Amino acid sequence: MTTAVNQAMVEKYKGNFLKEVTDNVEEGNWVKMCMQCGVCSGSCPLGPHWDHPPQELFMMIRANKREEVLSSTSMWMCTSCYNCVARCPRGLPITHIMHGLAHYGKRMGMKPKNQPTEKFGQMFWDNLIKKGRVNELKLGLGLYFKDGFAEGVKVSMGKQKLGMNMMKAKRMSPMEILGGHGVSDLSGFHAMLKKAEELEAARVGANTDAK
Amino acid sequence: MKIGGYLCTGCGIGDRLDTKSLESVAVREGRIGFCKTHDFLCSQAGVDMIKADMAAEGDDKVTKAVIMACSRRAKTESFNFGAVPTARVNLREGVIWIRPEGSEHDETTQEMAADYIRMGCAEVKAMQQADASGEQGKNNHIMVVGGGITGMTAALEASKAGYYASIIEKSDRLGGVMGQLKQRQPEHSPFQNPQDTGVAALIAAVEADDKITVYLNSTIAKTAGAPGRFEVDIASTVGAGTHAEFGAIVQATGFTPYDANNLPEFSYGKSPNVVTQLELEALARAAGDGPIKRADGKVVENVVFVQCAGQRSTKEGHLSYCSGHCCATSIKQAMYFKDSNPDIETTVLFDDIRTPGVGGENFYRSAQDKFVTFRKGKVSTVDVKGNELQVNFKDLILDEDAQMGADLVVLATGMLPNSGTDIDTMKDKDANGEVKVSVESILNLNYRQGPDMPQLVNGFTDSHFICFPYETRRTGIYSAGPVRRPMDAAQAQTDAMGAVMKAIQAIENSAIGRAAHPRSGDLSFPSFRKEGCTQCKRCTVECPFGAIDEDEKGYPKYNEARCRRCGTCMGACPVQVISFKNYSIETVGAQLKAVDVPDEFQEKPRILVLACENDAYPALDMAAMKRNESSAFIRVIPVRCLGSTNTIWIKDALGSGYDGVVMMGCKKGADYQCHFVKGSEMAHVRMAKIGDTLSTMNLEADRVAVHEVAITDIDRAPKLLDEMVEVINRVGLSPFKF
Ligand code: SF4
Ligand code: SF4
Ligand code: SF4
Repeated sequence: MTTAVNQAMVEKYKGNFLKEVTDNVEEGNWVKMCMQCGVCSGSCPLGPHWDHPPQELFMMIRANKREEVLSSTSMWMCTSCYNCVARCPRGLPITHIMHGLAHYGKRMGMKPKNQPTEKFGQMFWDNLIKKGRVNELKLGLGLYFKDGFAEGVKVSMGKQKLGMNMMKAKRMSPMEILGGHGVSDLSGFHAMLKKAEELEAARVGANTDAK
Repeated sequence: MKIGGYLCTGCGIGDRLDTKSLESVAVREGRIGFCKTHDFLCSQAGVDMIKADMAAEGDDKVTKAVIMACSRRAKTESFNFGAVPTARVNLREGVIWIRPEGSEHDETTQEMAADYIRMGCAEVKAMQQADASGEQGKNNHIMVVGGGITGMTAALEASKAGYYASIIEKSDRLGGVMGQLKQRQPEHSPFQNPQDTGVAALIAAVEADDKITVYLNSTIAKTAGAPGRFEVDIASTVGAGTHAEFGAIVQATGFTPYDANNLPEFSYGKSPNVVTQLELEALARAAGDGPIKRADGKVVENVVFVQCAGQRSTKEGHLSYCSGHCCATSIKQAMYFKDSNPDIETTVLFDDIRTPGVGGENFYRSAQDKFVTFRKGKVSTVDVKGNELQVNFKDLILDEDAQMGADLVVLATGMLPNSGTDIDTMKDKDANGEVKVSVESILNLNYRQGPDMPQLVNGFTDSHFICFPYETRRTGIYSAGPVRRPMDAAQAQTDAMGAVMKAIQAIENSAIGRAAHPRSGDLSFPSFRKEGCTQCKRCTVECPFGAIDEDEKGYPKYNEARCRRCGTCMGACPVQVISFKNYSIETVGAQLKAVDVPDEFQEKPRILVLACENDAYPALDMAAMKRNESSAFIRVIPVRCLGSTNTIWIKDALGSGYDGVVMMGCKKGADYQCHFVKGSEMAHVRMAKIGDTLSTMNLEADRVAVHEVAITDIDRAPKLLDEMVEVINRVGLSPFKF
């Protein structure tokens, strides 16, 4: 499903995806500086498991492979280990670009389907913005049950010990199931988020479905 | 008039060897005047003692010296006695450091030391004091061939150093290829934007300099002579010719652009919108400050640069090498477009971006910052589609075939050196016996070896690219700029400075009869005994530097200032009539004969090692510093160059009972390391025939070994000696022991 803003972007940049990335993706202005040495791809612990390691993604951007890049699962796989950033001879903030690309793809409505990192990210966000505090119990259960009830029960049983220990250490409370703790000024927090969203939308110059 | 012997007992020599007995070997067997010992010979006191003897009057005056201490590569400053013939006996690196301690070894170690002393005494007796030839005087004038930026920079540098220069330029203007460019790659930080070429300023400076004379529309009709006394006929296409004399020559003849008509696959010639980099410069210059237009007047909106067009390729008719400047040139040209209008699409299709030199990488980054797109791709073809072009390439990162539209394609084609006639291929003669010359000569040297400088690879006149880049094989003639090797403008200008410095050295050295690189300062020079000469011309052919011409009667005619003193001619001469005063068939022959060869019942073989003094000998020294043990039966004689090895030495050695001979010279071939370029190669060729000698003597072929040894072969060099020891163990002692 692509979005209206996606259509707008396609029209605006007319096949100059590098420019689009430069203007809209977090740290995307660095992509043009990549010299294709391949050090990042060679350094990435996940490199062999990706469809497209960073160097290749950057080349695809120059080759105008917009659809393929934005719907790729690759950047969702990044573990933020920063190996690539530490080694890139050109000093590209590759990790940030990865997250920027993932985020941008999602905003354009092109996120990959059934990508666990993406799913969890959304779950985390939804959980967080409710009260301004993460509700560990709900988040944990949400994660365990994300692949259906039966699977959820199985995973939960397996993680029983972890849950008990967290409770003992007061890192999680069973009472959280009833609603849980939150920030003191919840409406202020929500106003803040709204403002941030507005600013971000203004920056991109269009409304997006980013949440 | 005496030969003085000085035996050092320091550095453990006195502890390891019986020095009393060595003293008597020197005096009784070496037959020198006296032998003094000192426990620290290289100290001021030790050196003063020797100098005092040399300063003495009458019969006590020491006129030749034998220093029995460390290697000739050590303490060279202390034991430098000017012109006084001095032999160095290597007891430290050559004996005690390679021999294990212990009473079971003492006898052979002592014999080794005694032999080296006998050898040193014999050598010094055969040596004479070297004097300058006095053949040429000083000429402060440098001829610079070519008036491009290399030539102009060379002339200006010469003038700044107080010398005179004459620029000989074939065309009717100064500036060369650089004069045809709109701008050049930046020379100064932050290396972000193209800058003015600076050609106009260079021309103005040349014209304003009263030490520089410019000959436009001129070529060289004839060059004769040698450093310090070059005689040149300058021909002019517009007026009368001139005759001039020069001390040295810098050849800065630049390059010819590769002919892009050899690249039909890129539609060059088929479409006017496929151009070379040089042709793009013309379009850019025509555009002035406005947008760059194609031949048909259309403003360029989408330009693709094809890197390595017909270069770094193994295809027939392509260049195998990288021309070194074209990546930066495309970067610069892409900026011509981007700086005038950032919306113009500029794509560089490259295999590797190579931006050598200071600031090259910054310049590359600056282009990326300006949104020049760099795609790693190999272009296969360029198709003409009406008014447009389609570039077909393989994306090397995405590993897939791809296309791109373009309205202008720029080919990064390479450079071909203007080095004149290839004297190695001009040996082909036509039906009338005339030498076929396909390319016009530039220098028109009247040297016997041919009219231009020898080329190294791909037609470039380079010399050793690390160790002695400007030294060509024609002493006093130095090449600079893209004729030497592919390079960009900044490198060409640095090159010009380097070559001029070399030219100045040649002028100064030849003025006082001293050798140029690599035996800089050497006053010895080769001479030949006319009575013995059979006019075989081996010396003239083998001299790597073209130093020897022929006189009217066919005898060799030496040009000392062209000579590098390698001794290759001496090694080549089949009747051994060539010699230097301080280095000759005698000085080495006497050494190998001075060695005491024990009879076969003693089972002590003798292995002669002739080692190049520049690389192999220091490698052995360094192995000794690491205390690498070697056989007590080797006797090493350093030679100026393995090229100076005359087969008579090998025959003499084998005939007098040596069991094996090991020769060590430098790496030969195109990536040679020989200080005399071809010396080692000549020796290898010569020694390939030694097998005949061995078989007539009924000796096993592996008793003689020739090796290429680098100065870094510290572990390998002694192993090669061990190998010969094994050979002797296997084949047995020589039957020629008396
Ligand atoms: S930070 Fe991400 S892209 Fe970079 S090496 Fe680590 S996992 Fe790979
Ligand atoms: S390490 Fe940096 S310059 Fe090299 S390919 Fe990766 S992003 Fe590009
Ligand atoms: S071979 Fe060597 S020593 Fe002989 S003339 Fe040539 S440069 Fe001089």
